[in-house]
Amino acid sequence: MTDKIYRKPIPIPTPESDFFWSKVAQHELWIQRCIDCSKPFFYPRMVCPLCLSQNIEWFEVSGRGSLYSYMINHRPAPGFEDDAPYAIAIVELEEGPRMMSNIVGIENTPENLILDMSLRVVFEDVAPDITIPKWCPDEN
Amino acid sequence: MESLRYKTAIVGASETTELGNIPDKTPFQLHVDASVNAIKDCGIDKKEIDGIATTMNPVALAHYLGITPKWIDNTQVGGTSFLIHVRHAAAAIASGLCDTVLVSMAESGKSRVGQSSNSNFSDSSLEGLRDSSFPGQFESIYGVYGPTTQFGLGVLRYMKETGTTHEQLASVAVAQRKWSNKVPRAMYRDLITIEDVLESRMICYPFHLLECCLVSDGGGALIITRSNRANNFAKDPVYILGTGESAETPIVSQMYDMTSSTAFKISSKKAFEESGLNQSNIDHLMIYDAFAHLPIYGLEDLGFVSRGEAGAFIEQGNTSPGGSLPMNTNGGGLSYTHTGMYGMFAIQESIRQVRGEASNQVPNVEVSFCQGVGGMFMAAASLIFTNSPPD
Repeated sequence: MTDKIYRKPIPIPTPESDFFWSKVAQHELWIQRCIDCSKPFFYPRMVCPLCLSQNIEWFEVSGRGSLYSYMINHRPAPGFEDDAPYAIAIVELEEGPRMMSNIVGIENTPENLILDMSLRVVFEDVAPDITIPKWCPDEN
Repeated sequence: MESLRYKTAIVGASETTELGNIPDKTPFQLHVDASVNAIKDCGIDKKEIDGIATTMNPVALAHYLGITPKWIDNTQVGGTSFLIHVRHAAAAIASGLCDTVLVSMAESGKSRVGQSSNSNFSDSSLEGLRDSSFPGQFESIYGVYGPTTQFGLGVLRYMKETGTTHEQLASVAVAQRKWSNKVPRAMYRDLITIEDVLESRMICYPFHLLECCLVSDGGGALIITRSNRANNFAKDPVYILGTGESAETPIVSQMYDMTSSTAFKISSKKAFEESGLNQSNIDHLMIYDAFAHLPIYGLEDLGFVSRGEAGAFIEQGNTSPGGSLPMNTNGGGLSYTHTGMYGMFAIQESIRQVRGEASNQVPNVEVSFCQGVGGMFMAAASLIFTNSPPD
């Protein structure tokens, strides 16, 4: 937790995503899956994007994933000035779906960031009531 | 559904009088300038225009020009919207909803005249917003900052899976500068080398400055009508042979496959089917190039080369002047102009080449293929044009 004012964009939950963000606040990563066709999916939705079933459920993922792709941004977004250059990464969850994130715990250079490297989720409490899931190299 | 093949033709086409840096005109004024130029280009009486399509409020443009339309289209899915407008106009005309359509596009992307936003990007609706939108919740929080930080997110994956090199990515910018070198209206004309590209400032790895589009002011407009009255105007008609459109995702991190555009594949397949042509019939190609990887994705997704071959194809000069598949012959968004929604400029160059009036004219162009993209692989559209009259 930092004392500084958090100047970066803040996620504002919708009815579909409120559960996701409430679990993130508890340092847990949950996504949805379809009970009828058994496929996991992300981002949060009120129906299965494959079969439109409303018979869907939340489940906690393993928190393990791999680095699918990334860019390293040298022109920081407002609020990210102290971070640049920083990676904007696509993480592929062990369960299949992909999500955007940042990579922490390692300098964000092309030499360090090797595609398909193992990652695990970490949770950053960036401001009061605001927690953001990020990913770090998984040595195990 | 009846095919749109040869049902309609472009009879008027023009860009804004000025292009590049236009600090004294609002986007609305640029729309009017482009529209008047397109009307003059074909010599049509504006009373004959009974349809208007544009991404701004079409009613505002219609009233400003003193036109009361029977048909309007306001599709706004980023820079490919104007290709979609042409397709929708062709369908509307073919089915009798209207007879002659004006498609207009303009932006003050560089000067931002009359715009209160301090954003560097012309269409904030396509960026991750600080709100409850899905890009806002799941992308903006990680420091995305406009297209440079989003469009190329799959490129390292593509390079790993295909063996495409950084030099091949850079060669896209080199090839297109060879075209713009002889285009007086192009913003950048000096020849460059692969080393120049790779030594230019890093913007968002793996993209250097010269692999990103420029930012400019300008616009363009088109007049489309029935083929059977298309010979009544100042210039030979450019017939619409094939059309396609598709849409994939409003949030780039959720593309189905980040190494390929599903929307490119669907829109181009539809356009080829409608035209009755295949890749070997295409004399000239435009692929919307906001960033250097788009022509690479496009060549593969449109079926001109096989998976993983596009980088080498471009590096070896096949799309350069004198090559077998002349591509982005105005210099593209990387060198010619890019106001934010570039698709209209790709259409304009296809039409110039088919008419034989391009600054860097390719000899004997009979058929041109134009591929657009909107947002960050959000949407796509394809158009096939020819100067060859129907049988």
